[in-house]
Amino acid sequence: MAYAAAALAAKSRAGVSMKMSMHMPMRISPSPSTPQKAPKLLRGFFIICLVFLYAPVMVLPLFAFNDSSIVGFPLRGFTLDWFRQLPHETMLHRAAANSLVIATSTAIISTSFAVLVARAITRYRFHGRGFAFGLIMAPVLLPEIIIGVALLIVLLGLGIPLNLWSVIGGHVLVTTPFTIAIMLAAFHNMDQRLEEASLDLGESRFGTFRRVILPLAMPGLAASLLLSFSLSLDEFIIAFFLTGVDPTLPVYIWAQLRFPSKLPIVMALGTLMVLVSLVLLSLFEYSRRRWY
Amino acid sequence: MLASSLLGWRLIALPFIFAVLLLVVPLALMAALSLWSQEYLTLSRTLTLANYQEILSHPVYLRLLARSLLVAAAVAALTVLIAFPLAYYIVFYGGRFKAMWLFLIIIPFWTSYLLRIFLWKIILGYNGVINSALTSSGIIASPLTFLLYNQSAVIITLAHSWVAFAVMPIYVALERIDRPLLEAALDLGDDWRRRFMGVTLPLAMPGVIAAVLIVFISALGDYVAPRLVGGAEGLLIANVIQTQFTKANNAPLAASLAMTILLFVVVVASCLWLMRRRHWQQNPGLA
Repeated sequence: MAYAAAALAAKSRAGVSMKMSMHMPMRISPSPSTPQKAPKLLRGFFIICLVFLYAPVMVLPLFAFNDSSIVGFPLRGFTLDWFRQLPHETMLHRAAANSLVIATSTAIISTSFAVLVARAITRYRFHGRGFAFGLIMAPVLLPEIIIGVALLIVLLGLGIPLNLWSVIGGHVLVTTPFTIAIMLAAFHNMDQRLEEASLDLGESRFGTFRRVILPLAMPGLAASLLLSFSLSLDEFIIAFFLTGVDPTLPVYIWAQLRFPSKLPIVMALGTLMVLVSLVLLSLFEYSRRRWY
Repeated sequence: MLASSLLGWRLIALPFIFAVLLLVVPLALMAALSLWSQEYLTLSRTLTLANYQEILSHPVYLRLLARSLLVAAAVAALTVLIAFPLAYYIVFYGGRFKAMWLFLIIIPFWTSYLLRIFLWKIILGYNGVINSALTSSGIIASPLTFLLYNQSAVIITLAHSWVAFAVMPIYVALERIDRPLLEAALDLGDDWRRRFMGVTLPLAMPGVIAAVLIVFISALGDYVAPRLVGGAEGLLIANVIQTQFTKANNAPLAASLAMTILLFVVVVASCLWLMRRRHWQQNPGLA
């Protein structure tokens, strides 16, 4: 923990000083209202907040590598046993596979919906536009437990069996507002003249969409897919209501949390998941920078 | 206009029908269910307000509702108190590294939601990080027990869960502020405190309100944190809905509790929404 704080402090100092050197050439038009250095109080608060944000992530690996079946202090010693046990947890593999199927389907459907809605909203004015948009965005303003309960009532009432599709339905509903926000921004920043030029030059509507609009919206599409995928992968509250016999990864983890003997394995799993998402996020950031 | 209307509807039809089927229909059915009643194994479909009467006549439910609203409000307040300085720092002092700082703030949220909450149990627990650090350094003789299994633990844990979602709207609002406005405030003799209260904060208000709304609503619907770190006195209304629906097998009562929460959400959301609208009308430059 102390190390993390020190590393963060060092990073923030480096950031500030590099920022200053970067600002030097711009001295020609001085802007006295933005001081070069953050006030000490603000910087201190910023660092404390970062430590608060990172506290759980820092604790996670401690217990994943700890040679004790009790998740608590004092720490015993280093071991890789918990990671070695992961390949033998067959239920975990099934849950992970379920979650991957659900998250992938959710990402694709939710992003397609977002493209449709964002196109309709940015390009056309039509009757009931605000109403339709409001309804589609409404799930973001509803507590997840209400969505979970309401969907379960319908499924039980109609006798529809709970399976992966019921979870996908719930996840598409709650992730679509987020993907729409991303795609709206993506389409909004787009130069409309490019589209008009393509149409004027004889490209069909569909061709224009495929060859001009979609490539221009690529960074937004990638962000939308990534966000909806990860929101779905991590979603528990709705999934808990809508899973049938096939648990998702969070539902599986929830069940494991009740058994103290399973906790170190869960910690190992969590550490792996953080690593995977770090790699994914970094790849995404890297490709996004390359794109621009 | 007509052609454009058709084209627009053709695009939006599919997501719209999806939202009607998976949102409007379920909510309508839930409202209906809340007016029915559970008689042992069968569902009685005569309309009755019995469920709502039961909620109103049992102080347990009212206490839980009040507690849930208070906890959700506290979570929203704490989250904004953490998120605002973070966003402020990045926008005004992040310089070239704004993207990197935002990235750094988002990373912790890519840890599993359940595990993040569970890890707070380990941080605050009897043999946890804080207690071990304090006892081994000799500051306290025996571990503190008031850290975990109460409402403050729930509030801290939930605030931590939603910081990233609060940073984003505040960041966007601060980023949008016209820098000349801030310079004008200083030129006209404001010190930084008056500039902050008179210019920066009011202009950032739409972002703050959006953050409050997102966090308040999410906190109201969470049953994970209360269950894991809340202890007996930390349980919230969402826990009751969950148990009534799954274990106690009283779906109509669960539905009417859910409807009650929905009512509060609608009230709070429309109040905040009106505030935002009013705000925009007073500061037309922002819209």
